[in-house]
Amino acid sequence: MHIEKEKLIEMYRTMVRIREFEERVSKEFAAGNIPGFVHIYTGEEAVATGVCANLRKDDYITSTHRGHGHLIAKGGRTDLMMAELYGRRTGYCRGKGGSMHIADTELGILGANGIVGGGINIAGGAALSAQMRGTNQAVVCFLGDGASNRGTFHEGVNMAACWNLPVVYVIENNLYAEKTRITDTARVTNLADRATAYGIPDVTVDGNDVTAVYEAIHEAISRARQGKGPTLVECKTYRWHGHFEGDRQTYKPKEEAEAWKKKDPVPAFRKKLIETGVFTQADAERIHQMIADEIENAVKFARESPLPAPEETLEDVYA
Amino acid sequence: MKELRYNQAISEALDEEMARDPSVFIMGEDIGEHWGGPFGQFHGLAEKYGTKRIRETPISETAILGGAIGAAATGLRPIAAMMFVDFLGVSGDELLNQLQMRYMFGGKIKLPLTIIAVTGAGAAAAAQHSKSLYGWLMNIQSLKIVAPATPYDAKGLLKTAIRDDNPVAFLTHKMLGGMKGQIPEEEYTIPLGQADTKREGKDVTVVALALMVHRALNAAKKLEEQGISIEVIDPRTVKPLDKETIIQSVKKTGRLVIMDEEPKTGSWAGEVAAIIAEEAFDYLDAPIKRVCAPDTPIPFSPVLEKFWMPSEEALIKAVLEIKKPKA
Ligand SMILES: Cc1ncc(C[n+]2csc(CCOP(=O)(O)OP(=O)(O)O)c2C)c(N)n1
Ligand SMILES: [Mg+2]
Repeated sequence: MHIEKEKLIEMYRTMVRIREFEERVSKEFAAGNIPGFVHIYTGEEAVATGVCANLRKDDYITSTHRGHGHLIAKGGRTDLMMAELYGRRTGYCRGKGGSMHIADTELGILGANGIVGGGINIAGGAALSAQMRGTNQAVVCFLGDGASNRGTFHEGVNMAACWNLPVVYVIENNLYAEKTRITDTARVTNLADRATAYGIPDVTVDGNDVTAVYEAIHEAISRARQGKGPTLVECKTYRWHGHFEGDRQTYKPKEEAEAWKKKDPVPAFRKKLIETGVFTQADAERIHQMIADEIENAVKFARESPLPAPEETLEDVYA
Repeated sequence: MKELRYNQAISEALDEEMARDPSVFIMGEDIGEHWGGPFGQFHGLAEKYGTKRIRETPISETAILGGAIGAAATGLRPIAAMMFVDFLGVSGDELLNQLQMRYMFGGKIKLPLTIIAVTGAGAAAAAQHSKSLYGWLMNIQSLKIVAPATPYDAKGLLKTAIRDDNPVAFLTHKMLGGMKGQIPEEEYTIPLGQADTKREGKDVTVVALALMVHRALNAAKKLEEQGISIEVIDPRTVKPLDKETIIQSVKKTGRLVIMDEEPKTGSWAGEVAAIIAEEAFDYLDAPIKRVCAPDTPIPFSPVLEKFWMPSEEALIKAVLEIKKPKA
C-alpha cells in the first residue's frame, strides 16, 4: 500500500512527539511535579500513530488510562496536556481531570478513562450517533488486553456488530494488565479471535510496525465508513515502563523486556524512512530538535500557568 | 504490643483468618505474587496459600462479586477484592439485585462474603478513583459496611467481617495505608456495630469515619486551646450504626457535628443527622451541622481536591457556629 511521503514524515513526527512527551512526563513525575497517577505509553507509539493517521479531525476516539499517546496522535496539544498533568487551570480539563481524563472534544477525543473498559460503549454510542446523524464519521475505541476481559466488551462489540456501527476496536496487547500476564487471564492466543463470536472481521498486527498498523486500520476504517460495521484489530506491542510510574516491574522477565526494547518502533521506522529515501538522517534530527523544543515549551507553559481557583471545584457539574 | 501499618494490619487479619478457616479465599485483580494488590494488603498471601485460595482474576468485577456471591451461597467464605471502591459500579447488579438472595429466598441461605475496597480522596486520583460511597452503599440492603480509621480497628474489624455470615463491605482509606499503630500480639476481634470514642469531651460531639477521624482529632486539639472540648466518636461500622453511643454523647454535649468525606446530598452524614433529629432532638442545644464535600465529582488538581475534601478548618468553623469559645 502506498503512503504519501508527507504522511510518513508526519507519522514519524507523531511517534517522536509521543516518545519525548512520555519520557518527559516520567521525569516530571519522578521530580514530584505531577500529582496523582500516570501511565506511560513508551514502546507503544506505533499503535496510536498508525491508527490515528487514518482519522479525520471530526472522527472520534475513546482512550484509556494509558492515553497520552492516543491524544497526541489524534492531534492533541502537548502544552495543554502537560498543563493538565500539572493540575493547572490552562490544562485541557482546567485541572479537573488529570492524566486519566484528558479530553479534547474539538478533536473528537472523548477522553482518557480511569475505568478500564469505560470507553468501549461510549465509542459505540458515538458510532451510533454518527450513523444516525449520517455524517460518515468513524470511531476508534482503544482498549488494552486487560480491558478486553471486561463484560462491557462483550455487550459493546456485539451491539455494534448487530447495528453495523462505524467503529474500530483496537486492542493494544502489551502482554500485561497491571502485573498480570494476559496469558493468565485469557485462553485465546490472539485476542482478535474473539471477533468470530460477534460475526465481525478480525486482524492481528505487529503493533511495533507503524505502517502495518496504518494499513490494517485503513481497511477497517473504510469498512466502517461504508456502513459495513465494526472490525476488531489487535496490535501486539509492549509496555516499557511500569504499569504506573513507581511500579518496580519484578513480574517481568528481564529477557522479555530486553527483547522488546530491541524492537523499539521509533528507530525502526526512522531506519525504514531513511532507507527508502523518504527523509535523511539530518531531517530526522531536525524533527527531534523541533519536538524537544516543543516539549520544553510545554513544560514551561505548564509551570508558568496559574493554578485553578479553589472555588472552580463547584463549576461544570451541570450544563 | 507490636507496631504495624494499617495495610499490614489488614494483611495480618487476612492471613490469620485464612489459616483459621480453609473455606476463606480471596479473588481479585493483581492480588498475587509481586504486588499483593496495588496497595500491598495481600502481600505474602499468595506465597503462603497458593493460587487456589489467592485467585487472580481477569479485569472482570462483575465476575468477582457475582462469583463471590455464588461461592458464598454454596459453602465457601469468599473475599472479593475490588481494588478501588469506585469499581463497585461495574458490579452494580450484584450489589443491588443479587446480594439480597437470603431475604428473597425467605432466609434459606447465608452469604458469608467480604468485599474489600479502597476509598478516599487526597491522592489526586481524580473522579473515578477517590470516592467513598458510604451513603450510596448504605442504601443497599443486606450489606454491612465497615470503615476503620486505625491499624488496630482495621485488623479487629476485618476478622469479624470475614467471620460474619452476611455480606460486609470493608472499606479502607487510601491515605491511611501507611499509618502506624499498636497491635496486640495476641488475637483479638472487634464487634461490628460498636463505635469507639476516640476522644472524650463535653461541649460538642463530632462523628467521623476513617481519614476524617484524624482530621477531627486534630481540630479537637486546636479547639481545646479555645476552651472548647470536643468528643470524637468513630462509629467504625457505617451499617449497622451504633446510634446509642452517638445519642449518649449528644445527651452530654447537646451539640453534634458530622464530618463526612463525600458529597453532602445523600451522604451517610445525612442519615446520622436524621437519626439524632428523630431520636435525640430534645437533647440538642443547637442545630446539627454537617461538614461534607460539595455536591460535585472529585476534581484532580490538588488545589481543587483540597477544597473538595472536608478540612480541619471547615470543622472548626462549623463547631464555632454552634459553640462560642470561652473568653
Ligand atoms: C474497572 C476497572 N478495574 C480495574 C482497574 C484498575 N486497573 C487500572 S489499569 C489496569 C490494567 C489495564 O490493563 P490493560 O487493559 O491491558 O491496559 P494497559 O495498562 O496494559 O495499557 C487495571 C486493572 C480499573 N481502573 N478499572
Ligand atoms: Mg495491557
